[in-house]
Amino acid sequence: MRKRARASITSITLNLLGILVIALHIFPVYISLMTALKQKKDLSSRLLPPKYLNLDNFRHALEDGMLVQALLNTIFVTFCSVVIVVVVGSMTGYVLARTKSWLSSGMMLITMGVMMVPTISLIVPLYKLMLTINGVNTFWGIIVLISTQYLPMAIIIYNNFIKGVPKDLDEAAAIDGCGKIEAFFRIILPQLGPVTASVLILNGVKIFNEFIYALYFLQRPEQKMVTTYISTFFNENSNLNVASAAALLAILPVIVAYLFLQKYFINTSLEGMSK
Amino acid sequence: MSSLRKNSIYLFMVPALLLFTFFVFVPLVDGVRISFTNWNGYSQTFKYVGFDNYTTLFHSKLFKVAIKNTLMYGICCTLIQNILGLIYAVFVNQRFALNKLVRLIIYMPSIIAGVIMGYMMYAIFQYNGGALNDIMQLFGAEKVDWLGEGTRALWIIIIVNSLQFVGVAMMLYLAGLQGVPQSLVEASKLDGCNSLQAFRHITFPLLIPAIESSFLINMIGGLKMFSLVYALTNGGPGMSTHSMGTAINYLHFANENAGQAATAGLVLFVLIFVISLAMNIYFKRKEVEM
Repeated sequence: MRKRARASITSITLNLLGILVIALHIFPVYISLMTALKQKKDLSSRLLPPKYLNLDNFRHALEDGMLVQALLNTIFVTFCSVVIVVVVGSMTGYVLARTKSWLSSGMMLITMGVMMVPTISLIVPLYKLMLTINGVNTFWGIIVLISTQYLPMAIIIYNNFIKGVPKDLDEAAAIDGCGKIEAFFRIILPQLGPVTASVLILNGVKIFNEFIYALYFLQRPEQKMVTTYISTFFNENSNLNVASAAALLAILPVIVAYLFLQKYFINTSLEGMSK
Repeated sequence: MSSLRKNSIYLFMVPALLLFTFFVFVPLVDGVRISFTNWNGYSQTFKYVGFDNYTTLFHSKLFKVAIKNTLMYGICCTLIQNILGLIYAVFVNQRFALNKLVRLIIYMPSIIAGVIMGYMMYAIFQYNGGALNDIMQLFGAEKVDWLGEGTRALWIIIIVNSLQFVGVAMMLYLAGLQGVPQSLVEASKLDGCNSLQAFRHITFPLLIPAIESSFLINMIGGLKMFSLVYALTNGGPGMSTHSMGTAINYLHFANENAGQAATAGLVLFVLIFVISLAMNIYFKRKEVEM
């Protein structure tokens, strides 16, 4: 009896602590939401919800269509980059997993090396390069740069995964007169479903949130990505209520994706991290 | 013919190699070249100036502040995220009703873009009407201009960044904890260990691989700090919160000094490279000892 009482006290304490932790981490989103729901002239504390329902700020944020445009731009850039990362990454990962020579070990070293270079370190020469090849303010320019940046992680994930696929399968195919390239398409490719889902989520979120490249390489108002759009919005707009509404709308896609695909998100983030 | 066919598989590496060459290696070499010029960032012409950029940069106040802050961001964020992350991991590893929801909420901010998170903080840190000052007044304290003073702004950036990404460390540690065989912990308790001793001598050593990845990821993330500073203070007040990242951006655009910006970029690259290499070597040695 006493034991049970103690267990329930522990469980109450743990749940109360849990509520405190949740309150701390949800705080920024909560305050943004309260700000976004209030009229500008409403000077009541942002800690408390408004006493009226008012979605005007969200309407204003969407009014000129630029936020939707920015979301569409971001989705377009994310989609194209992720396709390149998946195709090029799986091909390279396959070679690294199935060959042993100075060529493949050299490529592995290069991949690891590229992963170490921070975006901002190369931004000056990259900007110069893009000026020369007319890549500034073009979608293909930023897509190529972003794909390059996220490629190393994908190569490593694919390499690890393909190493776990039994070799007999593609060796048998090779005996049947199939070259290694054909073996990739016939044997390996059909098995890459789950790992590709990981690569898609892991890189998809990062590319959706990309800021530095968007800041440098897509400067025209109609080309902005969500991060740069929100940045301009806050800098040019003194109405924090509308700006908060815009920020919430901008993060809505990733939050919704996260809530629906929780398990995937967490498993993949671990996969990407433990090299 | 057969060897040609056998080696044709290497053609699969060509696209990746081309991308790396054109968009990483060529720019890296060009970055070294630009660091010896007085290029302003947009014009067609520039002059070679030898080591001028290096000497000017190394003696500038901006550079000293940025290096100091970059190390602060790297070290403090790593420590906070790992200590708090480990505590959170132990916490959510217990059984209680809200367990899943707590994990979900702690991890959620890490999928939000850092720059948008920064702007969302305005509603909290504003002097008039900011949520934090409302809380201060609730307790009868004076209102504070949170981002108005350098050192305080620096710590706010560190704390905001750490709380945003602590979920990543938590998840790594949680995976580590769940890999610790419960039988070992129980055996040690039979041998007279208390919970704390069992954690210290059984669980902790088995967490070393998780600690290694988590420290490296957080350290590199902290050293690369850019978006959050850009949104919250853009380096201010004065230049007191600049990271190397925002300093590079400032030198390139506001100062039209692309030569020095390229130099600072190389310094940041070397800094991150050396620190992660040192950490790798340190952890490898630790693993052997354990």
